[in-house]
Amino acid sequence: MTPERVLTGRYFMMGNEACAEGALAAGCEFAAGYPITPATEVANRLARRLPQVGGFFLQMEDEISSIAAVIGASWTGKKVMTVTSGPGISLMSENIGFAVGVETPCVIVNVQRGAPSTGMPTAGVQGDMVQAKHGSHGDYEIIALCPSSPQEMFDCTITAFNYAEKYRTPVFILSDAFVGHMREEVVIPEAETIERVYRKIPAQGADPQTIKGFLDEDVAPMPIFGRGFKAHVTSSCHDEAGKRNLIDLSSLDLFVRRLSNKILKHKEEITIVEGDYEGGDVVLVSYGSVARAAATAAHLAREAGLPAGTLRLVTVWPFPDHEIERMARTAKHVIVLENNLGQMYPYIKAAAARFADVSFLPPRLLGQIQDPEDIVSKIKEVVR
Amino acid sequence: MTEIIHPLHRFVRPSVTSSTNCPGCGNGIVVQSILRAVDELRMDMDEFVFVSGIGCAAWIPSPFFNADVLHSIHGRPIAYALGIKMGLPEKKVMVVSGDGDLVAIGGNHLIHNARRNVEMTVICVNNRIYGMTGGQAGPTTPAGVMTTTTPYGSFENSFDISRLVIGAGASFVARWTTVHARQLTKSIKKAIQKKGFAFIEVYSQCPVQFGRKSGMNGSVQMMADYRRRSIQVEKAAGMTQEELKDRIVVGELVDIEKPEMVKEIKGIKARAMGRPQ
Repeated sequence: MTPERVLTGRYFMMGNEACAEGALAAGCEFAAGYPITPATEVANRLARRLPQVGGFFLQMEDEISSIAAVIGASWTGKKVMTVTSGPGISLMSENIGFAVGVETPCVIVNVQRGAPSTGMPTAGVQGDMVQAKHGSHGDYEIIALCPSSPQEMFDCTITAFNYAEKYRTPVFILSDAFVGHMREEVVIPEAETIERVYRKIPAQGADPQTIKGFLDEDVAPMPIFGRGFKAHVTSSCHDEAGKRNLIDLSSLDLFVRRLSNKILKHKEEITIVEGDYEGGDVVLVSYGSVARAAATAAHLAREAGLPAGTLRLVTVWPFPDHEIERMARTAKHVIVLENNLGQMYPYIKAAAARFADVSFLPPRLLGQIQDPEDIVSKIKEVVR
Repeated sequence: MTEIIHPLHRFVRPSVTSSTNCPGCGNGIVVQSILRAVDELRMDMDEFVFVSGIGCAAWIPSPFFNADVLHSIHGRPIAYALGIKMGLPEKKVMVVSGDGDLVAIGGNHLIHNARRNVEMTVICVNNRIYGMTGGQAGPTTPAGVMTTTTPYGSFENSFDISRLVIGAGASFVARWTTVHARQLTKSIKKAIQKKGFAFIEVYSQCPVQFGRKSGMNGSVQMMADYRRRSIQVEKAAGMTQEELKDRIVVGELVDIEKPEMVKEIKGIKARAMGRPQ
């Protein structure tokens, strides 16, 4: 690691720039993207910074080619990422399925904005939460992390790279325009204290005929290009050796289940949540930028003598249902807070409703995070 | 009795025992031309990464070639190939796919990478129809052909693919037909060695779909038609548009030197890192 890769120090830094620095600290070597508000600062910084450490950022002709180039570069053994906002994710979706299907480590940053289609590019809305999970066709699992601050834009990006490498999968950072454009203190630690994970690859000189480079629930070694592994990489239904099989349904079943189980089997170690709900009859469940309002509201409520707690999801996919359930067993009321019309709410409700009363508090106006005073009023309403 | 093994068999993935091509398909001629070029250049398959998209021609390298092969999704192989070239600039990256894949759904990546002049070889097998899905019209289908999606005859203007890629800025462009297997091999050898975006269009017969629908029937008739209509680029230079109507201009259409993107990037990196170039 050259010292320029990790800019150790304390900064007053924008979330999007912290994301780019997190990528560098994690070992990112190649990125590609297409300009889009409110994500451009990540790309701008990568374009300037990556060449300084021997990497490169390419601006492509569209988001489709951006993710395609990123996946191609990952197959050469590079750590890679792309960054965009909702419309870009829509364009990338088919290729994201390819990355899932051929088990390609890559990080996809979505600085979310408002509404379907063009919407309002500068408004922060958590509008693509379910798209991250179900945007591409077919059954599959994905990993997605939700940072709540510029510091977490740095930290979660490193975690995202490590998860991508460890589980050979695309990993989403689901940020939004609030966290992306927010400026706060960001501490970049010493390079040697940062954990960096590198994908497993087959042993040098391994007989190509014996390499099983796919469909292991405990993650197969990746037969990256250029090493003589003679990898056959196809997102058509294939077996452990990468050999296409378009005839047997048992092969299809194995293909889909193994890919999904690879993530689900390791769900516990992927899940990051932050709970502060001991003794709280009312628990506020939130993630990302909204979690900041939830934390303030819980503090205000406790000061007013109300038994309130919080549960913040950092990992939103795979969905942390066990952690939701554990929380719901101790709570009487669960209030779900999101800056959207209730995207994670049905999932949270499904996990919590057996044990607690679950309700949803949308923002007064989309793109305007819930006022902590409004949240306190809601807490009073449910405990009444 | 001694077993007779094809001299190019060593380039074929051992697990592959059969072909998915229809009888009379031109794919086999393209396969042979590519492998002969590799053989004549005395290169090893490990010096290559092959990339394909979706469609009949995409099955030329995948799974046949015993090399690193990325069989990507519809329309995007050139974009994948760019990422691979960025990661492995010392390897030869070759895209093999069809006209529907590279020019219809993937046209944007074709022109932009020709513009970038990224060092890679792109072989576009032009059968002028969607074969795998059962004979639908594409942007290369000639006017009047009754396909499954143009039952009253195709009514759109068709692309001159090679001229499109020349216009976009590629540094090497050649066009041949499956009748010109030897010339094709020679051009593929040049394309592999070209320091820039090298594009080869190959007119290739699809007797099962295009042949039936255009009334040209079998592959022998289709190849005879290619031979009759083909005209060398040098001869065509002195002819009018009217005289060239329905002719296939074959040969090496462009072979120029110009800055190549991956090499330019190497220089930028050296500057950014404060190292002498």
